[in-house]
Amino acid sequence: MTSNLLSLVLLTPLAGLVVLLFIPREKTALIKWWANLTAAAGFLVSLPLLVRFDRAAEGYQFVEKREWIPSLGVSYFLGIDGISLLLVMLTTAMGMIAIFYSWDVIKTREKEYYAMFLLQQTGMIGVFISLDFLLFYIFWELVLVPMYFIIGVWGGPRKLYAAIKFFLYTLAGGVLMLLGILTLYFQYAAQYGRYTFEITELMKLNLPLGMQQWVFWAFFLGFAIKVPMFPFHTWLPDAHTEAPTAGSVILAAVLLKMGTYGFIRFSLPLLPRASADQTIVTVLIVLSLIGILYGALVSLMQQDWKKLVAYSSVSHLGFCTLGIFALNEAGIAGSVIQQLNHGISTGMLFLIVGVIYERRHTRMIAEYGGLAHVMPNYAIVFAFAMLSSAGLPLLNGFVGEFTILQGAFQANRWWAAFAVPGVVFGAAYLLWLYQRTMFGEVTNEKNKGLPDLNWREWAVFVPLMIWALSIGVYPKPYFDILEKPVAQIVHRVHQTSTAVAQAGGTAREAISR
Amino acid sequence: MNFLDLIWLIPLIPLAGAAVMLFFGRRLSMTAIRAIGPGMVGLSLLLSLGAVAQLAGLEKKSHEVILCQWLPLIGADWGFLLDPLSSVMILVVTVVGFLIHVYATGYMAHEHGPYHGGYYRFFGYMNLFVFFMLTLVLANNYPLLFVGWEGVGLCSYLLIGFYFHKKSASDAANKAFIVNRIGDAGFLLGMFFLWTATGSLRFTEVNEALASARFAPEAGVFGLLSLTALLLFVGATGKSAQIPLFVWLPDAMEGPTPVSALIHAATMVTAGVYMCARSNALLALTPETSHIIAAVGAATAILAASIGLVQNDIKRVLAYSTVSQLGYMFVAVGVGAYWAAIFHLYTHAFFKALLFLGAGSVIHAMSGEQDMRRMGGLKDKIPVTFRTMFVASLTIAGIPPLAAFFSKDEILWQAWSSPLGSKALWTVGWITAAMTAFYMWRLMFMTFYGEGRMDERTRHHIHESPRSMTVPLTVLAAGSVVAGWIGMPKVFGETGFQQAFERWLEPVFEAAARAMHGAHEAAHHDATMEWALMGLSIGVAIGGILIARHVYLRLQEHERPTGGALYPVLYNKWYVDEVYNALLVEGLAKGGGGAMARFDAAVVDGGVNGTAWTTRLVSKISIWYDTWIVDGLVNLGAFTVRALSFPVRFFQTGFIHSYALMFLAGVLAIFGYYWWAR
Repeated sequence: MTSNLLSLVLLTPLAGLVVLLFIPREKTALIKWWANLTAAAGFLVSLPLLVRFDRAAEGYQFVEKREWIPSLGVSYFLGIDGISLLLVMLTTAMGMIAIFYSWDVIKTREKEYYAMFLLQQTGMIGVFISLDFLLFYIFWELVLVPMYFIIGVWGGPRKLYAAIKFFLYTLAGGVLMLLGILTLYFQYAAQYGRYTFEITELMKLNLPLGMQQWVFWAFFLGFAIKVPMFPFHTWLPDAHTEAPTAGSVILAAVLLKMGTYGFIRFSLPLLPRASADQTIVTVLIVLSLIGILYGALVSLMQQDWKKLVAYSSVSHLGFCTLGIFALNEAGIAGSVIQQLNHGISTGMLFLIVGVIYERRHTRMIAEYGGLAHVMPNYAIVFAFAMLSSAGLPLLNGFVGEFTILQGAFQANRWWAAFAVPGVVFGAAYLLWLYQRTMFGEVTNEKNKGLPDLNWREWAVFVPLMIWALSIGVYPKPYFDILEKPVAQIVHRVHQTSTAVAQAGGTAREAISR
Repeated sequence: MNFLDLIWLIPLIPLAGAAVMLFFGRRLSMTAIRAIGPGMVGLSLLLSLGAVAQLAGLEKKSHEVILCQWLPLIGADWGFLLDPLSSVMILVVTVVGFLIHVYATGYMAHEHGPYHGGYYRFFGYMNLFVFFMLTLVLANNYPLLFVGWEGVGLCSYLLIGFYFHKKSASDAANKAFIVNRIGDAGFLLGMFFLWTATGSLRFTEVNEALASARFAPEAGVFGLLSLTALLLFVGATGKSAQIPLFVWLPDAMEGPTPVSALIHAATMVTAGVYMCARSNALLALTPETSHIIAAVGAATAILAASIGLVQNDIKRVLAYSTVSQLGYMFVAVGVGAYWAAIFHLYTHAFFKALLFLGAGSVIHAMSGEQDMRRMGGLKDKIPVTFRTMFVASLTIAGIPPLAAFFSKDEILWQAWSSPLGSKALWTVGWITAAMTAFYMWRLMFMTFYGEGRMDERTRHHIHESPRSMTVPLTVLAAGSVVAGWIGMPKVFGETGFQQAFERWLEPVFEAAARAMHGAHEAAHHDATMEWALMGLSIGVAIGGILIARHVYLRLQEHERPTGGALYPVLYNKWYVDEVYNALLVEGLAKGGGGAMARFDAAVVDGGVNGTAWTTRLVSKISIWYDTWIVDGLVNLGAFTVRALSFPVRFFQTGFIHSYALMFLAGVLAIFGYYWWAR
């Protein structure tokens, strides 16, 4: 199947950006209209991916391949499987929503703002569809730039600190990842006599375990910082808190998923033996479990509404990495679904904070209370988002958490046993937040007479709520889409590691004979 | 019409009602809400009746309807199962639920505030609750049961916190949700264990697997199955308010009284009992866990009853009574008398719903007063409420031939005679029965007899409740009388009803029998002993009532601290809340969370900022080094050259005539030298 569909999806925001640059900066309405149209077009052109995607097929679909820098073996090589399909859809949908939400919120330097957002869309989509490792790396680093400016220019009071921290921290991880990529690149050249960054080729590499481990740790730093896994998470609360609402939404919904995606797409298939290595799995699982419990406990004590949501991300992403390193079908499929869910639920929660921040310009929980009296619709939407995030059955979060726990349990009962309290704490910090902000009497004069949701805010929340409910009630299509690619990855990891174990066993037998 | 294939509609109809009321409630009139709220539950009731009637006609008393897959990786479908057990449950839920909805149309009419005082919100939540509860009991697999399980928890949260402007209400709501979640954590793990052991979570398949030769009863050992059963039971202790997770239920009384009747008495809190009965094959294989369940049930029964002895809030007495009665049900589950547990669940639904609704009627009459010390003498002023509550109080005390007499006595007899039972269990149950009779009649005497102790204004306002409230009371009272007759014990001889209830449920609990492979022989039946024990329990029931009469009617000692030296302990509920608060809220959540938050800021983020600081320090040092050492050397070189060139500079003036002069001077000097040296 050859088509240029992926290129179209990738380049639509970029093309829109180019046109945007020619619109005079004073024409803000036109700029907004154009940005929204581009984002909507970006979503619409991604829909055929979903329709035409063949769930039964193995391997990558919509593959496009062109030479780019032949002398270095770099190619423009795109393709998606079920995992990347879902993340691309998440990106185009959340991008549209975030840009739409910004309409009344961003009142300075609109042209640059929307330009940055569109650039970011292309970068993120590129990350999820690149099958050439260098191309991937370029998109990976490209994403940093617009987010840096979004936080640094349109952010809150400590925006510069947060922006620089975000940039340097994630850049540091990326550089180490590049070292890992180059190691594979040169190893391939040594084994096969030619240079290539294509991951389908690099997968053929036969590396000794020791080298796989080194490369794994190099990748790990890049991905773990992005996820973020404990203890590399502290850039996240700052970045989230200072970013403008739409920035937080994209950061949580999509950017973090680049890290988890990296593990699934690169670490596991390219370094199967290291990924199944006992020490590595143990370290990754322990960090995930710490992330789940620690993120939740730290959330419980936050005074800042947005920071609380940010720390809850650490907990939720802990579930995602737990699922990945359970290294079985349920774990990885659950993880991908949970990545989607986290995008929807946490996206909603950040929008919830944004709505009230626009009205009151403070994020301190103590400033609020009794909002359910003045903003009843807002209270309903918030309750919905809270329950979706807390994993209430029939909403999206439950499907992901349950399946991840199932996978973790299959791998090791204790992992599930340690993760399960996260479900309890997850309810605790959200319910407490809800009580402190929504329930009780309105004690703060400033909160009296706050307007309830306007049509634009409704328009942002309703699709997300429907999406959340539909995943919770009928998640089957998602499992279908994920079935083949996940089985392939699991097969690869286990086949390689058992093959090695068997080989080792035969060797030992031979020696003992 | 084939009702059996439409069982999925039974939960769905109230969901539709909930959706209409929650989305469009503000635009609906009171009348419309009054029609939709109870109407939807009524429709479900009719469908349930039709389906159960058709089920009774089936050869194999079980019918499954599978709509579609839900969680494919664990094999959970949108599947519904109607069998004798779920049929009992849906009838209880829809009948009692319908009556309580009707009652609430009257009770909640006094709500004030915007949009009919949250009338639509109330009925929306109530209908949503009925949806989840029916899903819970009709699900054909554990994960879908868990959907209902968590869903009823959500509705419980929403309804406890219905008066959300009150801090105490939202605190109680949070407590209920979080305590239940602790239980749910156990439930989740239990499900995974069960799935790993049997390869399925569908009830029929799980039972099939457990009955197979792969599994032997874990007698005398605490193996994996025992752990599985225990984890499921942890879930049940949350939902059904057993030790150690019972603390949320008394606080749940913050909700409107119809909520307490429906959710916190008749239906939701019995979900744990239902789930254990559903897992009967598993429990049959795990006598060790069964012992734990029976012990926890008995301990909860007596602990809650002891607290109930001294409470003054009418709803709190009933709340502790509920916890205590649920304890009885778990005793039955623990001794393997699953049908007896369900039998008591079913009679309890009638009389406890009635007691709560009656209490609501009292509170309604008393202008919101809940403290029994300020009641009294209501007997003639609200006669319907009085008479119906009188019946209910006789029932719960265990006076024959009322409903609870049969169900409670069956549990006591099973606790005595079952191979898993013991005399100790019976004794605890028997003492609890005495306490039950006492605290219930303490309530009756304090509320309805003697002189009125309320203030004038309240006294002036006392009135009987409207018909919408008294009719449900009357129907429930009738139920509290006759409901037990379908479960009369064998010793009563051939009555036609004899053990009808047990026979109806037999196809379900046959799974337990098959799983045990006849490991326990049927209990040796000693009719004389059964009559004797029955006599003893009737004796304590009457005794309890008489003591209460003596203290509260004859002596009029309404403020008297009962329980003697134990009174402060009982009054403070054995300090369980205080201990939990110190350990879990202050300790784990605030202490642990606070410590972690500080750790995060100081150490983890400190490390990051420290790295940044170090980097900046190093760069400052580098700048200094660069300026003073590296560049300094360069500059030193320049300085040296400059210093050395100092004298020369005077000659380098750049003027041609001075160079010419110097040239001339040089020439003269050379010529002068040669002239001098000649």
